[in-house]
Amino acid sequence: MTNGAEATQPYAELGLKDDEYSRIIEILGRRPSDEELAMYSIMWSEHCSYKSSKVHLRRFAGSQESPRILAGIGENAGVIDVGGGTAVTFKVESHNHPSFVEPYQGAATGVGGIVRDILAMGARPVAVMDSLRFGDADAPDTKRLVDGVVAGVGGYGNCLGLPNIGGEITFDPTYSGNPLVNALCLGVLPVERLHLSAAKGIGNIAVLIGAKTGRDGIGGVSVLASATFEEGSSAKRPAVQVGDPFTEKVLIECCLELFDSGLVVGIQDLGGAGLTCALSETAAKAGLGMEARLDAVPLREPSMTATEVLASESQERMLAIVEPARVEEVLAVCGKWGAIATPIAEVTGTGRLVITWHGDVVVDVPPASLADDGPVYERPMRRPADLDALHADDPARLLRPKNGGDLRATVLQLAASANLSSRQWVTDQYDRYVRGNTVLSAPEDAGVLRLSDDGPAGVALALDGNGRFARLDPYLGAQLALAEACRNVAAVGAVPIAATDCLNFGSPEDPEVMWQFAEAVRGLADGAVTMSTPVIGGNVSFYNQTGDRPINPTPVVGILGFIDDVERRTPLAFSGDGDAVILLGTTRDELGGSEWAWVAHRHLGGQPPTLDLSAERALCETLVEASSSGLVRAAHDLSDGGLGQALVESCLRGGVGVTVSVGDDAFVALCSESASRAVVATADVDGVLALAARRGVPAAVIGRVGGAALVVEGSFSIPLDELREAWEGTLPRLFG
Amino acid sequence: MPARVGVVTFPGSLDDVDALRGVRLAGGDAVSLWHGDPDLHGVDAVVLPGGFSYGDHLRCGAIARFSPVMDSIIEFARGGGPVLGICNGFQVLCESHLLPGALLRNGQRRFTCHEQRLRVESVKTAWTSAYDEGEEITVVLKNGEGRFYADERTLDALEGEGRVVVRYLDANPNGSLRDIAGIANEAGNVVGMMPHPEHAIEALTGPGTDGLRVFAGLVAGPAVASTAV
Repeated sequence: MTNGAEATQPYAELGLKDDEYSRIIEILGRRPSDEELAMYSIMWSEHCSYKSSKVHLRRFAGSQESPRILAGIGENAGVIDVGGGTAVTFKVESHNHPSFVEPYQGAATGVGGIVRDILAMGARPVAVMDSLRFGDADAPDTKRLVDGVVAGVGGYGNCLGLPNIGGEITFDPTYSGNPLVNALCLGVLPVERLHLSAAKGIGNIAVLIGAKTGRDGIGGVSVLASATFEEGSSAKRPAVQVGDPFTEKVLIECCLELFDSGLVVGIQDLGGAGLTCALSETAAKAGLGMEARLDAVPLREPSMTATEVLASESQERMLAIVEPARVEEVLAVCGKWGAIATPIAEVTGTGRLVITWHGDVVVDVPPASLADDGPVYERPMRRPADLDALHADDPARLLRPKNGGDLRATVLQLAASANLSSRQWVTDQYDRYVRGNTVLSAPEDAGVLRLSDDGPAGVALALDGNGRFARLDPYLGAQLALAEACRNVAAVGAVPIAATDCLNFGSPEDPEVMWQFAEAVRGLADGAVTMSTPVIGGNVSFYNQTGDRPINPTPVVGILGFIDDVERRTPLAFSGDGDAVILLGTTRDELGGSEWAWVAHRHLGGQPPTLDLSAERALCETLVEASSSGLVRAAHDLSDGGLGQALVESCLRGGVGVTVSVGDDAFVALCSESASRAVVATADVDGVLALAARRGVPAAVIGRVGGAALVVEGSFSIPLDELREAWEGTLPRLFG
Repeated sequence: MPARVGVVTFPGSLDDVDALRGVRLAGGDAVSLWHGDPDLHGVDAVVLPGGFSYGDHLRCGAIARFSPVMDSIIEFARGGGPVLGICNGFQVLCESHLLPGALLRNGQRRFTCHEQRLRVESVKTAWTSAYDEGEEITVVLKNGEGRFYADERTLDALEGEGRVVVRYLDANPNGSLRDIAGIANEAGNVVGMMPHPEHAIEALTGPGTDGLRVFAGLVAGPAVASTAV
C-alpha cells in the first residue's frame, strides 16, 4: 500500500479533523493508504455520515411504529404499504450547492439522484416534485439560476418520462448566493418486490450497471455539500456531476426487468460518494465482507487513479448483488437494454472490504467503520442572540390598508408578488401528463396520481416549507410546514399517511444554526406523531450559507396521502355557480412572517402563526370526509397570502367570481396566515356545517360563487380579468 | 376481431405506455413492438410514440430511424399500412423520409407543455377518419423541438393536396410554419403530429377525451381507412 510512512498525509485538505484522522489510524492499526484516506474522508463527511445531525434525527424513531412501514430511515428511501399488495416509496433530497455552481446540471443530477434512490428500493419511479428557493426575484443573479435550475429539473425529469406533479418555488433574499433545490421522487412497487441494499450471500457477485465512470463529481459530497461556500466557487465546477437522462431511463427499465425476473438479491444506487459508498454500505449492511477488483470498472478516462475511481460521482450507475449462477442472465438483460454491466466484486465472509487495483491491495478495512462508525458530534447549541429582538419587532406596528381601495390594491399586489403569482411559467416546462396517471398536478393543492389502470386507488403528494416562519421559531416553523403539507393532501381528499423531509440549514459549526436544527427536528418529530405521519426518510443539507450568514432555516416537508378512489379528488377551482363558500378554521390577527408583511413592508418579525395540531388534524379529517361523502365541489387550503390569495386562486382556476362577506376587519380576514384553515365550495351547506360541527371545526358561510369578479362586500371588487393579468404576468415578465 | 395496433418501444421512448392505453381504450388489441425486433407480429397498424429515442443524440429521431424495426415499418408504410408518429415518432418519420419536412427547436427555445387547441383539417387519413372536418379539439402539446419546417414548395404541396392534418389554434406554440401541427403522406396512411392525442383519452387524467378518436378511428376500420385513400 502506498502510505508513504514518513510524509504527512493530506487529511486536512480532504476535510478530516485531527481526531478523526487519529481514529482512522486506531481502526486500521496503521496509517491509511491514499485510497483508504479518501474513502474515510468521503464517508465521514457531513453529507454521508450525518455526524452533526445523527443525535437529533434519532427523535424520528418515535414516529416509526406502524406495521405499514416496510422500510424507514436508513434505507435509500422509506417504503409504506398502501394495501392491495402495493407499496409506495418516496423521498426528498437536496442538491443545493451543485445547483448554485452549475444550475442546469446541479438540478438535473438532483432529480437523477433521487430517482435512483427510489429505483434502489425495487420501485418504478412514477412522479417527481421539486421545491426551489432563490434570492429576490429581481436580484441580478436570480434569472441565471431560475433559468438553469428549472430547465435542469425539466430537462432530466421530462427525458425520464416522469410527470412533475407539483412543488413550490419561493424567492427570498436569504437564499441569494445559496439557492435551495430539493427534489422528490415517488415510486410504486409490488410489496413482495421490495429490495434492500444489503450485499447478502457469501460468493454473490456485485455487478456495476450503467454509465462508465469518469472524473466528474469527484469530491462532490466532501467539497460541495459539506463546507461553506466562499468566493471563487467557479473553481469548484469540476465537482458538479454531469447528467445523462437517456442513460438513466435505460438503467431504470433495465433494473425493473431485473427485479421482475427475480435476478438480483440486493441493489444500491451510486450517488454522492459513488463506489466508495456503494461498496462499503452494501457490505456493512450485510455484516459481511467484499472483495472488489477496481480495475474492472469501465472508465471514461483510462488515466484515472484508484482514488479517483472510488471517489467519482459519475451519474446513472447502480450496483446489483447477484447470485453467481444468475450473472449471465443479468448481463443478458443489461445487454438487451444497452446498459453496460460489469462484475466488479464478490461478497466474502472475511468482514473486510478489500479492494485491489491491478493486482495490488489498495484498501483493506472493516466496511462498517466507513458506513456506520463515522464520528458523531454533539455540537454546541445556542438560541440565536437576535431572536428576542426579532420577536419584539411585531407586525402590529406596520401600516395596514386603511380602506377598501387600499385593501383592493393590497390583494392585487399580493397576487402579483413573486411568491404568490402564477407558477405556470415554471410548470409549463415540466411534463405532467406522461404515463397517463396524473389526476391532479400544480397549481392544485397536491399532486394526485392513480396507482394503476386496474383500480381507483391513488396517492397524493404535497411539498411545503416556510423559511420565514422557521426563522422566527424553528420548532413551530417545522410543524407549520408539516401541517401545511398535510392540509394540502387532505384538501384534495387524501388521508396523510407518511412524511419525508429535507432539512436545509446553515453551518452546524455555528451553535445558533445547530439550535435551529435541533428545534426543527424536535418540532417535526413531535408533529409527525400527532398527525400520524411517520417521517420515513429524508435528507439533511448543512452549510447553506454565504460567508458567516446562514440561510433562514428551511425544513421542507413532503407528505404522502392515500385516496381510495381518485375519481372523487377535490380540485381547488370554483365551478358551481351559486355554490356556498365556507371557511373552515379560526382566523386570528396573525401576520408575523406573512407574505403581506414581506410584500408590503419587507418585514420579518414577531411570532409565526400559532398551531394546534389537534385542530389541524380535525380539519384534515373534515376535508377528507367532505370529499369521500361527495359534499364539496372545491377545496383550497389557506396558507401563504391567507384567505384573499386562496379566493384569487380558486376564482382564476375556475374562471368564475365570488362574493364574500368577511366581517369588520376585512384586512385581517383576507391577509392573516393563521394555520389550520381551508375554504370549500358546496351545494350542501347543511351537510358541510354538520360535518364540521361533528369534528369540532369552526365553520362559517362567507359567500357565494358566481359573477366575474372577486367581491368583498362593503370593501372592494376586482374583475377577474384584472386579477388574472396581475397574477399571471409576474414570472414571465421576470424570467420570460 | 379487434384491430391489432403495435406501439414501438425504442430505448428512451416515454409515451409508449400512453399510446398502448389509447389503443386499449379505443377497443383495439395493443401490441408492444421492440426496436431491435424487425418482426411486426402481424399488426394492422403501428404507432411510433413520443419520447427521446436514443436520448435525441445526434438529432431527434435520427438514430431510431436506423433500428431494425424501422426497416419493417418503412416497408409496411410503403405497402399502405397505417403508421402514426407522435412527437418523437413524427421526428422519426421525417428522418425516415416517410414524411417531408423537419422538426426544429421551438422558437422560444424552451420545452413547453400545455393543453393545446387544434383544428382537424383533414379527415381523409387512416388516423383522423373519426373526426369531422374542421372540428376543433383539445389535446396536450409537449416538446422542445416541435417547430415544423419545410421549404415553401413542400408547404404549398401539403396545403394543396390536403395533407395538413391538424393545425394549431390560438397562439402558435413553437413557431411551426403555417401553424402546422401534423401532416400526412400522399396516400394518407402515414401521419405525423407533434401534439399528443394519447394524453387526452380519459377525462380523469387529461384535458378531455378528444384524442381518443385518433385510435378509435383506426380500430373501427383500419382496412376501410387504408383502402379509401
